[in-house]
Amino acid sequence: MNKRFIGVFGTVLVLTGFGYLIWGGLGGSLVYFVTPTELLARGEAAYETPVRLAGNVVPGSVNWNARELDLRFHLSDGETDIEVWSKGAPPAMFQDTMGVVVEGRYNRAGIFESSSVMVRHSNEYKAPPEGHRPADTYEALIREE
Amino acid sequence: MQELKALSEERAPKWLIGLTAIAFMAVAGAQVFGFITSPAAEQYQHSQKIMYVHVPAAWNAFLAFIVVFWASLVYLWKRSEGADLLAESAAEVGAVFTGLTLLLGSIWGKWAWGVWWTWDPRLTSTAVLFIIFVGYLALRSFTEDPERRATWSAGVGIFGALNVPIVYMSVRWWRTLHQVQSSPETMSAEYVTALRVNGIAFLLLLVAVLGWRYRAARIQRRAEALHEEAILEGRQVHV
Repeated sequence: MNKRFIGVFGTVLVLTGFGYLIWGGLGGSLVYFVTPTELLARGEAAYETPVRLAGNVVPGSVNWNARELDLRFHLSDGETDIEVWSKGAPPAMFQDTMGVVVEGRYNRAGIFESSSVMVRHSNEYKAPPEGHRPADTYEALIREE
Repeated sequence: MQELKALSEERAPKWLIGLTAIAFMAVAGAQVFGFITSPAAEQYQHSQKIMYVHVPAAWNAFLAFIVVFWASLVYLWKRSEGADLLAESAAEVGAVFTGLTLLLGSIWGKWAWGVWWTWDPRLTSTAVLFIIFVGYLALRSFTEDPERRATWSAGVGIFGALNVPIVYMSVRWWRTLHQVQSSPETMSAEYVTALRVNGIAFLLLLVAVLGWRYRAARIQRRAEALHEEAILEGRQVHV
């Protein structure tokens, strides 16, 4: 094989690979996360498969045991609600109504066992009003226990 | 040999030295917002301030790759050495700013999201952009013939720069952990000002480092040419 052939072949291979990643893979089958409704719509396939699930923390559902580092809360997309259990401290901005992405698997008991809780925040950045100290949600969360 | 020595001792143009001084002062001065005047944001607290360097670093990377795109097209069209050297300079500067964007974003992500990294489309496409331009620089260093190097790298440069709109739009096209772009409507006015001042300071820095890198590329290219000439004439070459 001559060098030119290898060069052309390599270029075509790389371009095809990127084309697939960009238009085929990332756009379609490799969805970053699913919503609770989409997960449950999978039926039998929803269970015991690694998946990323996203929604908002249902207000009042957060149950954080600081001594056991045990976090339980409900996650909702507005339609469907799934209970999530996780070990370890949540990120600082984790709170009621906040968007979150959890990694883990949905078990037969109908609980999503998460190994990682990530905060999915909005694009809004607000300065605190005059004389107001921003609430330290993380510390507040630990104090409440 | 004499010529090479003169080349290496050639003074940089005054405008470049002046611009560099201004750029460094502007970037340092703009940090007054982050460290002193800007109040901690609701929810984000002080982590929001990383925006003042993370976002301008990303803008600079995008601008640098747009320069690569344009210079590569000009090279393929006119075959001018200057366009090739400008593309090389902008590719290197762009790769550095992309790396900086990833690094600063990672630090912010650890605080705000809870993770240093996740394979969402925005982060993944940015990593792909970074790797393509690291590959571009590797390709250049492995190709000796200047014309072949310029042609090949122009191809890779154009292809790589096509990823810029993909990275930019990724947060709108696909589901990501990364939030969509902020606008003056979604940010407090004082944060918008701080970000804009940092953006301008970073832009000055971009032009300055691009200027130095282009100058270095020109000197290197001339040294290469002298070296080649010497070999063709059968002279002894000391490198």
